[in-house]
This record gives sequence, C-alpha cells and structure tokens, in this order.
Amino acid sequence: MRVAAKLRIPAAPELVWEIATDPAQALDFLAGVTRWEWVGGPARGLGARYRMLMRVRAAEVGGLVEVVEWQPPLQFAWASVTGIHQRGRLRLREDGRGRTRAELRLAYSLAGSGLSGILAERLAAPTVSANLRRSLLALRQLVEHERRRARSSGREPAADRRPARSRPERAA
Amino acid sequence: MPSAPASQRQASRPKPAAGAKRAGAQGHRGTDHRRLSLRARVADRLDAAARRLLPGAGLEQRDPDFIRERLPLLWLLSSIWFRAEVRGLGNVPDSGPVLLVGNRSGGNLAPDTLVFTLAFATYFGVERPFYQLAPEPMLAAPWARALRRLGMVADSPALARSALEAGAAVLVHPGGSRESHRPSWQQRRVDFGASGDFIELAVELGAPIVPVVSIGGQETALFLGQGERLARLLALDRIAGVRSLPVSLALPWGLNVGDLFGHLPLPAKITVETLPPLQVGPGPGPGRPDAHLPEIRDQLLRAMQETMDALAAERRLPLIG
Repeated sequence: MRVAAKLRIPAAPELVWEIATDPAQALDFLAGVTRWEWVGGPARGLGARYRMLMRVRAAEVGGLVEVVEWQPPLQFAWASVTGIHQRGRLRLREDGRGRTRAELRLAYSLAGSGLSGILAERLAAPTVSANLRRSLLALRQLVEHERRRARSSGREPAADRRPARSRPERAA
Repeated sequence: MPSAPASQRQASRPKPAAGAKRAGAQGHRGTDHRRLSLRARVADRLDAAARRLLPGAGLEQRDPDFIRERLPLLWLLSSIWFRAEVRGLGNVPDSGPVLLVGNRSGGNLAPDTLVFTLAFATYFGVERPFYQLAPEPMLAAPWARALRRLGMVADSPALARSALEAGAAVLVHPGGSRESHRPSWQQRRVDFGASGDFIELAVELGAPIVPVVSIGGQETALFLGQGERLARLLALDRIAGVRSLPVSLALPWGLNVGDLFGHLPLPAKITVETLPPLQVGPGPGPGRPDAHLPEIRDQLLRAMQETMDALAAERRLPLIG
C-alpha cells in the first residue's frame, strides 16, 4: 500500500531540510508518531537508525528503520530493518518562486498475511494518509515559526539565505 | 526456534488430575491401580487422554513468524470489533525480563489478552520473546494450537521461571480462570484470589513487576458466575478435580456452561492500561526474604484497583465504552 501527501511550504528547501532532518524535532511534526528515537549509526544522515512507532487505531506499529538515501536538501528515504515492512521518503523541490514543494511518501506491506493483511493494509490507509498530511502541515508551521523568529530577531534563517536570482521577484 | 531444554518440556506438560497425582506420587501405579477408587481411575484416564490430545504448551511453541503473519488479523479484531485502546506501553522496560501482572476478563477466550499481545508485539517487535500464562482449559480449546504459537503457555510457575530466566516478558493473571468468569456486574473488581507465587518469583529473579489493567472483556458475554456450587453439586470437583463450572449467556450457545468451546464475543470496547513498574523495596533482611511479599502484593492490588476504578469511571455505556 502506498500513501502520500503533498504541500507547498513558503521557505527555501534548505530551511525545510534543516528542520525535517533534525531528530530532536521529529516528534514535533510527525503526526501519529509516538516514538522516534535514535538507536544507532550517525545521529543523522545515511545509515542512521531510528526506532519509530505510529499509532494506527488499536496498535502502535513501526519498528527499526534505517536511512537508506540522503541527498541534502532534496530528499531522504528510510526503509524498515525490523517490524512492519515500510519504505518512506521525503522529497523537497523548489517551485521556482522561493517555495518548497514537499512530498511525504510511505509504502508499507503486510505481505504473507493473506486476506487479513490486504484488508488491514486498506483499512489503515486513511489513518496513515491523514497522519502524513498532518505531518506536512505541522512541518510547515515549524518552518514558518522559525522564519518569523529569525525575522523578529533581525536575522535571516541561515538556510533560507538564497542567491538573488532565485528570490521571488517583487511586483514591478 | 531451538528446542526447549528437557526441564522446560517437562514443566510444560499439562498438570495431572488430582487422582493421577496421588497415584503417581505413590510410585506403584501398577500395584495400586486395583485399589484405586472409581473416581481416581476416571481421573487417571482423563489425564491420560488429555496428555494424548494436548501437546505440551511450552515455551518452544512460540513462533515469531506465525505471530507476524497473524498481526493483521489481530489488528482487525482489536481495531474494528473491540475498538481497543492500549495505553502506557512505554512503561514496560525496553529489554530484559519483566513480569506483567494483569487482571483477566472475558472467559476462556480472554480477548483482553489477545489485544495486549497484539499491542506488545507491534510495540516491541515479534522478536522480543513474550509469553502469556493461560489456564489449561483455555489451551484445551479447539483454537489452542494457534494460541500456543502466539506465546500462550500453561499456567505454571516452572514455565514462568524458565521464561524470565531466559530474559522474556511474561504476562501472568493471578486471578486465572476464576477471575475471568466472574459475574459481569463485578467487572470493576480486580480479584487475585489466593495466588501470590508470581511475586515471589519476580522478586527472587529481580524482574520488574509491571501492572496491566484491562476493562471491557467482561462485557463480551453476560457472565453469571463461576459455578463453583454447580461443580460441587455435580460432584465434578471429586470426580475430575474441576472446582468451577462457569455459567454465562453467550453467543452462539445461549446458555453457555463451562465455556470450553469459547463463545462469540460481543463487540465490547476494550481498554488496557500499563502502569509504571512497581517500586519494590529491599526485603527486611537476609533471614526473612519472604516477609515483604504480602506488602508487595497489596501494593500491586491497590495500584491495579485504583486504575480499574479510573477506567470504569470513563465508561458510560456497556459495550459502547
């Protein structure tokens, strides 16, 4: 089963990347996720391992996941090592107007469980999908909050500093 | 999974019936058989039949792959039928042996145990060994093989010890079959009966004791009573060592006596709460290791009853929760 959510975030991909890949902030924006803790490898980056759990109705499902792709600030992907079979990806792309198109994808499988597995996959999909959507909304809030904070302190967020040509043009 | 040690396999065998125990203890089965009463001989035969029919429900029967493949089915049952909610699993230590002490509800089927097994397996992974001690009548039911592969083992202190020594998590229900068949109107009561061996075991092995309280199982049928008087009336206690014959109104049987074949549970909302490990202080001294066990038992019972009262207060309607 593959579910995904997309959202435009009014900030440069670099800033979104900084926040989205910070393990300390993961629980602040990952909706439905009850546990996200580092268990091995580098703190962040390729090979980092986390234990993650997401509440889906009667159970908290997930397991040990490992970051298997890491391309700052474009995308990263993780795959399960133990627990439920899953593969997730966060894609960040600039939309040409100084904003970021963020897409969160999650593919999971309950293969080997027969009809009950197929049913459970489908019945869980709305909950998981809603969690992904809410996660992106929460990520946007965090990013906007960070920009506002930086603006009020008179500094520009480091990751949001961009070359002049890529800044959105003001009305002529 | 590697085969279990011989001592463990021994411990996993069904307990012999009262008469057989007596005959076995004398060590002269052949000679004494003629002198045994009809009652003891019947018990002996029943015991032999049970041994043939029931493979030992031991630790080696747990099958992580089987559990993984059945998780979706358990999840469907828990999420849709029982609308289950399991709280506080973060209170369970992440590794090492742990004794989970729960109240038991819902007759031989014990849906709260299945709900908790699902929650534990998804939270910690099927790789973490987790056993649930269950009364033997439950393991004698037609679906018993599946239950044993899920990690249910016969309610025996020897098995609990083996599992804890191997670093597993073990769920015990001190109230046992008696508690799971208490009348539905007494579902708010945590009743351990006289059992207390498990606390001694956990203290001896240094395993944390984690209380687990569940509510809702007793609404899956209308339980009318444990039927202890009925068992006495039918002389079952003397003939076969059966001390209770629970009576309930349950689907699809209507009047359900004994609950040996289980029942179709009504879709009652089940809520399970896991509490922080009990703070067990040091014993009164090296000469009296058992002296503070009743104190721990009271502390445990109090914590569970308080949580049960809180969970019961949350429920507005039977079945709906």
